[in-house]
Amino acid sequence: MSSSPAVLAAPRAAPRYVEDVVRASMVLTMFWGIAAFAVGVIIAAQLVWPQLSLDSEFLTFGRLRPLHTSAAIFAFGGTALIGTAFHVVQRTCHARLFGGAPLGWFVLLGYQLFIVIAATGYLLGITQSKEYAEPEWYADLWLTVVWVAYLIAYLGTVLKREEPHIYVANWFYLAFIVTIAMLHIVNNLSMPVSFAGTKSYGAWSGVQDAMIQWWYGHNAVGFFLTAAFLGMMYYFIPKAANRPVYSYRLSIVHFWSLVFLYIWAGPHHLHYTSLPDWAQTLGMVFSVMLWMPSWGGMINGLMTLSGAWDKLRTDPGLRFSVTAVGFYGMSTFEGPVMSIKAVNSLSHYTDWTIGHVHSGALGWVAFIVFGTMYYLVPVLWRRPGMWSTRLIGWHYWIATLGIVLYITAMWVSGVMQGLMWRAYDELGFLQYSFVETVAAMHPFYFIRMLGGLLFLSGGLIMAYNMWRTVRGERETLSAGTSRPALAA
Amino acid sequence: MPTKIEKDSVTGRDTTGHEWDGIKELNTPLPTWWVYTFYACIVFAVVYSVLYPAWPWVNSHTAGLLGYTNRAELTQSLDVQGRERAKFVDRIRTASLAQIRQDPELYNFAIAGGRSAFQTNCMQCHGAGGAGSTGFPSLVDDDWLWGGKLEQIHQTIQYGVRNANDKSRQSMMPRFGADGLLTPQQVGAVTDYVLSLSGKATATPEGAKLFQEQCAACHQPDGKGNQEMGAPNLTDGLWLYGGSRDAVYRSIFYARNGSMPAWSERLDEATIKMLTLYVYSLGGGK
Repeated sequence: MSSSPAVLAAPRAAPRYVEDVVRASMVLTMFWGIAAFAVGVIIAAQLVWPQLSLDSEFLTFGRLRPLHTSAAIFAFGGTALIGTAFHVVQRTCHARLFGGAPLGWFVLLGYQLFIVIAATGYLLGITQSKEYAEPEWYADLWLTVVWVAYLIAYLGTVLKREEPHIYVANWFYLAFIVTIAMLHIVNNLSMPVSFAGTKSYGAWSGVQDAMIQWWYGHNAVGFFLTAAFLGMMYYFIPKAANRPVYSYRLSIVHFWSLVFLYIWAGPHHLHYTSLPDWAQTLGMVFSVMLWMPSWGGMINGLMTLSGAWDKLRTDPGLRFSVTAVGFYGMSTFEGPVMSIKAVNSLSHYTDWTIGHVHSGALGWVAFIVFGTMYYLVPVLWRRPGMWSTRLIGWHYWIATLGIVLYITAMWVSGVMQGLMWRAYDELGFLQYSFVETVAAMHPFYFIRMLGGLLFLSGGLIMAYNMWRTVRGERETLSAGTSRPALAA
Repeated sequence: MPTKIEKDSVTGRDTTGHEWDGIKELNTPLPTWWVYTFYACIVFAVVYSVLYPAWPWVNSHTAGLLGYTNRAELTQSLDVQGRERAKFVDRIRTASLAQIRQDPELYNFAIAGGRSAFQTNCMQCHGAGGAGSTGFPSLVDDDWLWGGKLEQIHQTIQYGVRNANDKSRQSMMPRFGADGLLTPQQVGAVTDYVLSLSGKATATPEGAKLFQEQCAACHQPDGKGNQEMGAPNLTDGLWLYGGSRDAVYRSIFYARNGSMPAWSERLDEATIKMLTLYVYSLGGGK
């Protein structure tokens, strides 16, 4: 803040922030990240070599796939969000967490329990068969309890804040917590067969069920993977870059337009199905309108670096965050394009979708978490910086290469797959059988697995670096390039 | 905290005067290109939703000026395809299989259509090139279970094998070992005799005697089989369920009795004719 000296003429005493919960969340995030990436590599390898399921029902692709997606989104992403939300809300409200450490621990550990219940259920074959909402009724009920506690802790802290205004990051976190509660409850309404059994029947059926599932599914992307991580970005990029946020007005306009438009976009997952035409149209046009509101966040993230771009050379942690915003911009352009019906008729059900999801999940979500953690871990453990800046650089390049391999392989294979499905010979007969399209994708599945392996390797490097940092060590080589001590 | 507006030295912009944990915000106006692109997307959305079915009402919705529906689009494209194929398909439906083979243009169309239908419906069992696999007959050799003439292939595809269709090809080999018709030792003797027919084992007199008593009625005294009852030729060294001693032993002990669907219940007559000609062309047609 070289341009604004002496703003804190009379610094207030900082409240006693709840930090143990946040510290634990960082360790757990790292653990779940490695787990999610590892299971991802395993199922990617199974697609190359199907015999890797080892003829075991517990290791089939169908059971491991939700294990991977839930580990990535809910365990890795969710734990990072709970931890950083508690950190950000306390600091920007200048208030100790509502409910204190007990409520914080309940939310964090209760959420971990939910993850373990869900994950063991997947391996045992217990599922509602709803994508990203696979856990059965007993897991859903427990998550509801934990989530309400999360909302109480968060909202309570905002209400007792000592700042006159609510910082933008908190709007995003709050929109995430409230909307996820609504989506979770409505999509999971069901009647258990018995209180002693795992099986339940959903309240919805037919096309209404499909519509509610994708209203849920798309807004899990919109509010869990987009809005919440934008909240993370709005705090950690200005902190790491030590620059003011680019535009307050843009943050207001893009926040409200984003949360208003996102909630209607779900039907684009059901183009050319039995969903009525009018709902398909609305899903598409709301997705197209969503392009600029999404990019508002990208502009604010990138332009906040005005005057601090040089930091990217010396701070590879910040490089993660900025690259994340770049991937965010790319995915949120690709999404509206794919929602256009003509494009969707090619892309739907192909690997293009998998590529799109991973440019968001690896490029945006995981990278913004990495960037955040490289900033936050030293702050939380009162270290001058990470143990090794050099290893952050290695992590950055290995992970970036992994993403590039992954998404280009999936783009090529997805577009090829879509074109092969619709190829006709000169007499008007289908050119390819389904299994020929599968065989054609085989080399790309291998490249995808290599990309995942690189991404996992980067995660292991990060875990090692984090461990050495927490232990209070300092790599001698990186002494000259470390970030200056950070104000807590 | 008092509001304190400052000027940022890098961008020359004022801050909003708020601060949270050291984070401030600039009062930068919305980027013009962003605003106009956003407006353009909204205009697109409005125009599109006027042209296409969009806004729901109590029990209906706006139909859109273009009168578009998914269903109409599908019906229309199927109609176009149907019209383009009609001149061939109509002739295939009326012509005999032999006549189609005499007409190069029609035959070319039938082979293309047969290949396409084969890849959708048949290759799951018979393999992409028709080479078959254990339990699923190869269609590229001339070892036919139910006959390799055009009409025979046509009937097999139409009505299938050992299914619930009235006209299905039917026959059933007894479970000689499992049902106690023969002792395991006797099954072994018959196995050796069957293998001896293709020179892969030495037969015993007992095996030869049992074969003539139990097997020859269907497989014929010389073991060359009978296509009327789908009884395989046992002398040619080609084995549907494997030619090892163990596999042949199991075939006699438990019997196999594979099945195939009646495709006339699922496909139209022209497609079945095209499939017949395609299968016939794979190399083994008689």
